Order: sequence, then structure tokens, then C-alpha cells
Amino acid sequence: MRRSLLDLLRDPARLFALRGGVHPLGQKFLASNSPIERMPIPTLLRVPLQQHIGAPAEPVVVRDDLVLKGQLVGRARGPISANVHAPTSGRVLAVGHFAAPHPSGLPVPTITIRPDGEDRWGPRLSRLHPEDVSSDEISAQVREAGIVGMGGATFPSAVKLGLREKYDLDTLVINAAECEPYLTCDDRLLQEHAEEVTDGIAIMASALGVRRALIAIESNKPKAISTMRHKMAQLGEMGRLVVVPTRYPMGSEKHLVQALTGKETPARALTAEMGIVVHNAATAYAVHLAVRYGEPLLSRVVTVSGRAIKRPANVRVLIGTPVADILDHCGGFARPAKRLVLGGPMMGQPIENLRVPVVKGTNGVLALTAAETASDLSMPCIRCGSCVQACPVGLTPLELNARIQAGDLEGAEKVGLLDCIACGSCSFICPASIPLVQSFNYAKGKLAQRQSEKHRQEETKRLAEARKAREAAISKAKREAMAKRKAEMAAKKKRAAAEKAAAEQSVEARPPGKVDSEAVS
Amino acid sequence: MTVKSPTLAPAPHCHSMFTVSRTMLAVMVCLSPATLFGLYQFGWPAILLFTVTIVSAFTFEILCLALARRPILPFATDGSALLTGWLVAMTLPPWAPWWVGFLGGGIAIVLGKHVFGGLGQNLFNPAMAARAMLLVAVPVQLTMWVDPLPLGSSGAPDFVASLAITFGAATAFDAMSSASVLGTIQSGLDAGRGVSEILAQTPPIETLFLGNVAGSLGETNAALLLGGGICLVLLRIIPAVVPLAVLGSVAGLAALTHLIAPDHFVPPQVHLASGALMLCAFFIATDYVTSPITWVGKLISGLIIGTLIFVIRTWGAFPEGVAFAVLLANACTPLIDAYVRPRIFGRTRSGRPLDLEGAE
Repeated sequence: MRRSLLDLLRDPARLFALRGGVHPLGQKFLASNSPIERMPIPTLLRVPLQQHIGAPAEPVVVRDDLVLKGQLVGRARGPISANVHAPTSGRVLAVGHFAAPHPSGLPVPTITIRPDGEDRWGPRLSRLHPEDVSSDEISAQVREAGIVGMGGATFPSAVKLGLREKYDLDTLVINAAECEPYLTCDDRLLQEHAEEVTDGIAIMASALGVRRALIAIESNKPKAISTMRHKMAQLGEMGRLVVVPTRYPMGSEKHLVQALTGKETPARALTAEMGIVVHNAATAYAVHLAVRYGEPLLSRVVTVSGRAIKRPANVRVLIGTPVADILDHCGGFARPAKRLVLGGPMMGQPIENLRVPVVKGTNGVLALTAAETASDLSMPCIRCGSCVQACPVGLTPLELNARIQAGDLEGAEKVGLLDCIACGSCSFICPASIPLVQSFNYAKGKLAQRQSEKHRQEETKRLAEARKAREAAISKAKREAMAKRKAEMAAKKKRAAAEKAAAEQSVEARPPGKVDSEAVS
Repeated sequence: MTVKSPTLAPAPHCHSMFTVSRTMLAVMVCLSPATLFGLYQFGWPAILLFTVTIVSAFTFEILCLALARRPILPFATDGSALLTGWLVAMTLPPWAPWWVGFLGGGIAIVLGKHVFGGLGQNLFNPAMAARAMLLVAVPVQLTMWVDPLPLGSSGAPDFVASLAITFGAATAFDAMSSASVLGTIQSGLDAGRGVSEILAQTPPIETLFLGNVAGSLGETNAALLLGGGICLVLLRIIPAVVPLAVLGSVAGLAALTHLIAPDHFVPPQVHLASGALMLCAFFIATDYVTSPITWVGKLISGLIIGTLIFVIRTWGAFPEGVAFAVLLANACTPLIDAYVRPRIFGRTRSGRPLDLEGAE
């Protein structure tokens, strides 16, 4: 999207226009004035081995092992994976399965640790001076530290830092938009740890070899903006702070990139292909700790909020802390909670089980009252087109939904189902309360399932055909061998017969005694 | 610690304030000044006809819901049937007999809406479908206008007399009959008289705009309809593009033709002062169900409606063409929606991913 001449005349610093989006009630005031507090060490930690996108980590401890703070307990398996460390010192109670922080509550591989309360550090990673080391060393350190994208996507950060080898990068974008309502953890982090975050940004920028680093903050966080503007100025020419309008989903990676640079990422492509890498502000903080102090990712800031919470707060919790302990720390419930959510209210995961742990990607624990969730009975679509206006991707959600309801998944795919980013703007705005985004997620899952089934069928067919061919080859070989042997036998017989005949002829010619002596010799 | 009953429901976990019944309520509120003016201006018979139409629409709605075995309470109370009946009543001659209103409400709800599958499924605007059918089926009752006789004024029928007008044999009605302004203009033009000559006989534009003329129950006061419509735009319930397209195309075509042949075509202000056009531009053409879903689609549909209104008014057999124009444009809606789509992020209009070079 090019900036028009008129826009330039009006305001040269104007951002590039985005399509769609919604304005949910911010509700950030509930927790935005609570400084980050450190929660006491809980009595039990449950550290899942998969807290990231990619392959789960492989446990390297066994039951009854004593672990120290920062000790590796799960080793990354494969290139897209992340290390998992003991958040504090204690004894490993179990290496088994526990309910996942996910609506399904299905058991996932988890290491349960009973903290000893002493919080004794084990050997840390080596401290690096980012000025003196190569970018490979920095990304190796980030990989060692088990850092993943902390905005919720949890993609291993080291992989993104290594993109320099594949693409020609020029811009690092730090996503501090925090467009989800209620959440204030990034806001508070920027206010209280601006220095560290800025250092993390500088480290990542040098590791990526980019010439500029932008940090994007939504306009509803004036304090964070003024603090960070000051700090970013210290990065000199390279650093710049951009205030983006408060609109959901401003924090969507590709949309943020478009708002900042005007570059529209082609469908199915990465922003890196345009030379832009996006990291979260909390990730920058984690990178700072890992590189400067050799600390792995052991804790994160979580916003505990919602009208049902007695004391909304921003809490630094150890990875693996059960949700129930965090709620207790915040005074429990003031009102009956209708819904418990991990993450923000627009895209967060609802949970039932309070014993599930907080993981690296959990940025919020919300307890919402019935009034806040405002879930209504779903009514028929009146084609008002609000969803079309709200969709930041340019889809026609009502049509997609109609096709999916009619079972026409291929048709839905044709009109853009797979381009949906599942931001939930359509469901949010729908006056008939139709669960649109749920329908799309269902359809995407169904399509993926069909795809894998098709793949399996093809694979089975291929294997069956290969087997048939193999068997045919074997039987052919057998037949040939048989024929060959037969031929050989026949030839032998023939030869034998011929020899016999020849012998008989010679017997006739020679005395029999000589033949016997020859046969013996 | 336990939570009473944490429910698992899909994200998003919050919702906008915007609901179907609130939208309907807002439309009704914005429609009410013009309606109240009409009811006041045409007195008790108009009030009776309005009531009959709305009760009829509501009754048929409940009947259809029961027949379709749908939950009656949530559907009947969403306000859509009420609004449909309301809009039908707005377009009827104020002193029409009760059965016109009864039929109008019935046709709109049964044939206009539920035959297609109920709320959100109908292809045509129910109120306009009812009006068009009535106009074709009972043209006499649908074109009998009265001069305004406000409530309480001398000569205005009292409640008992009004009962006789609406429910009985309407002898008084014939004596009162008048002609609408657009009707007068059309018959004048048909008779070969010039525009300036005809306009000299009709009330001045200001009177026309403020509605102190013979006309449909709720369509005489263009000013109040315009005000209500602007409120809807400001409340972001309707997009401004639709009324602008409708009014703009009518005014543009009227101005053009009037410029070319001033004595054969009425000036644009006469068109714009007509309440029927205002009602259509803000309350009918903007109907969610029957208009396209995209901004550009709505623009196209608005232009079609405006053009057709002008064409029917100028060259058609009827002096007023809103209903037919809307129905014809409604028929184009599925086609428009199939072809006019927003561009998907990261893709070209034809659906291919953008080029990396072209991304800038």
C-alpha cells in the first residue's frame, strides 16, 4: 500500500493505513497501574516439555534427581525446538504427563519439580559481551537459553535470529503493540525495564545485522511510550519508536509490518523475505538476560486480570507455576468467574482446570465475569456486513461461514479460508453472536485432516504398488532362475548324454581296463 | 480454590455492544420522528392503519415461526417483524382501508420473508415486495391520497369517524381524495404541459420538503426522514455510501436531464424533496439482508436503485418507482456479491500471492 501524495501533505509521519480491525473495550486500567511483583516460589512446579512450536524437548533428568536453578531439564530435539530449564532448585518428583494449559486439558509430557525453597543457581551460561562476539554466538546463546517468542506464538527465537543466513535483512521490528484487551505485562515491562529491553533490542539488531530497529507501541500506553522513546534515542540513528493507533489486531505480525513500513507480506510468505524480522518486547528482555547474564528463560511477566479477580496485577512468575497459585496470590475471586482464559480475551485459550501451569507463551490469566464475556445466544446472520468491514485480511466471513455450514470446505478454501489469521474480529463484532472464527478454525482443522488422510492414502497406495512391483520382480527373478536352471539341467543332461554316447563310442574303441584306471585317477 | 462453573467457550471471550435487536431499535428510533409527524398529519385513520399493519406483521411472524418450529420468543422479539410492518405502513396511503394494511403486513412477512427461510434469508426487501404487490393488485386503494388534516384541526375525523374510514365503508374518504405531487407532475407531463406550468400549480419546494402535502403515511416529510437517516449514519448503523449513491444518482440524472430539456424534466430539487426517496435512501436501500456486503457492492447497488428510481419516475407507468427500483436492485445483489469482493491481504485481486518486488 503506497502512501498517497495527499497523505504526505497532510502528515509526513503518518502511518500506513490498515484495513478492518475492531475496538474492543481496553480494560487495561484494571492492571496497568500495578507494578510488576515477584511471586513467591510455589510449592510445586509443572514444567511441560513442549512450550514452543516445533518438536517437544527430550527430558534429561529422571525422578528424584536434584536440580539447580537454570539447570537443563529438557533438551531441544531438532532444529525447531527449545530447551527447557529448571525454574528453581528442587527435586524432580516425576517425569511424566500432566494436563496441558489448553482447553482440551489433555496430558502432555511434563516434569514436576518440588522446589526446595533455596533457589540455588546452578552453573550459568557464559556471559557474553555482544560487542565482541559474532552473531552466531549470540543466537547459539539464545538457543541454549530456551528463549521462544513471548507474545504467544512461542516460535523458537534463535531460529528467527538465524534468518540472516537465508535472507537479506534490514529491519528489526519489536512488537510491543499489546493489542489484546486487559493485558498490560509488556506495558509494565517497558516502563520498569526499558534499559534492559533496549539492550536486548540492540543485541538482537546486531545479531541480525539490520540497519534499523523499530519498536511499535499502541497509543494507549503513554507512559511506556515516553520511557521507551527516551531509551530508543540512545540507540542513535538505528532505533526509532513508532506509536501505532489502538486497534485490534494491530499486533498481528504482518499487519504491524504493513502499518510501519507499508510493505504487504505476500500470502504464504515470511516477513523475513522482505528483510523484516519481528520479535516481541518480552523476548528482547529475555535475550538481554541470556546474553549479558547467562540466564536461561525461567520466568515471565503475566497479567492477572478480569473483573472476577480480587486484585488484578502484573506478576513475574516462574515457568510451570500452577494457575491456581497465581489466582491465590492475587486474592482469589471477587465475583463468580464465568470464564478462565490463558492469554488475552480475543485469542486466549479457555481452561477448566486450575492446576495447569503457566508456560513461556502465557501472557495473561483472566477471570471474566458473565457480564464481561457477554456471550449471547447465536441468531441467524442478517448479512449486515460488519464482519466484512472488521476483517483485517479482507475476507467475507459470513460467506465463509455459510459455505462451511453447508459442508462446502473446498468452496470456503477457494474464497480465502486459509488466509484467515483467526484474530476473532468477526466474531467480536457479529451482532448475531455467530461463532465465526470457531467455525473457521474447525474448517481449517478438517481440511488439514483431509489433507493428511489423502497423503496417507497416497502413501499406502504407493507402498502397496511398490510391494506389488517388488513381488513381481521377485517372482520374475525366481521364474528366470528356474528357467535358467532348467536350461542348465537340460544342457547338462544333453552333455551327459553326449558324453555317454562318446564314452560308449570310445569303449568300443579302447579296452575296458584303461577306462577304469582313468576313472580312479 | 474452585470456580463455580468456568465454561469452555471459543475465543473471543468478549463481544461488542452491537446486537441485532439494538440495531433494529436504533432504526426504529430514527424512523419515529417522521412517523409521528405522519400520524399527526393524517390523524386517527392513519393511526389505526399503522396499528393494523404492525399487528398483522407481528401476528404473521409468530404464526410462521410456529409453523417452522423455531423458538418464538427470541426470534419474535428481535424487532425485525415490527420494523418490517412499520416500513410497510409508512408507504401506504394514510386513509386506506384496514385490509390493505393487514394484507401488506401479511405479504411482507409471509411471502417477503418466511417463504425464503426467515430472518436473513430473503432475497427481496419484504416491505418493498409487499408495497409492489399491493400496488399491482389493488391500484385504486394504493393511489388514493388525502390532503393533510392534522389531529384536532377542523374537518379532521374524530376517533369514531376514523373507525368508519378505516374499518367501514369510506364515504367521507372519496370526498377528501387528492393527488400526490409526483402524480400531478406525471399526469401533467403526459398531458403535454410544460414543467414550469405544472410546478406553478404544485405546492412550493419548501412545503414539499417539510411534508405538508398529500402523500403516503410516513413519506411526506423528507426533512425528518433525512434527519433520522443522518442519525443512523452517525451511529454507524448504516454506511453513508448507500444514501449518497441513491440520492446522488437521482439528483445527478435529474440535473442533467433538466439542463438539457428544462421543460420536459423536473429539476432535481423536486426529486430530492420527495419523502419516498429519502425513506428509500436511508431506510430501505440500506437494508442489510438485501443489499451487498461490501462497500463497493453497496455503492453499485445504490447507484442502480437511484438510476432506476429516476428512470421509472420519468418514463415509467407509475409516478413513483422506489419499490420496483429496490426490488430490481435486490435481484442483482447475489451477482454483485459474487463478483465484488475485498482483496485478500497479501494477494492480488485475482487471488494469487503478491510478488515480493511488488510488495513495496
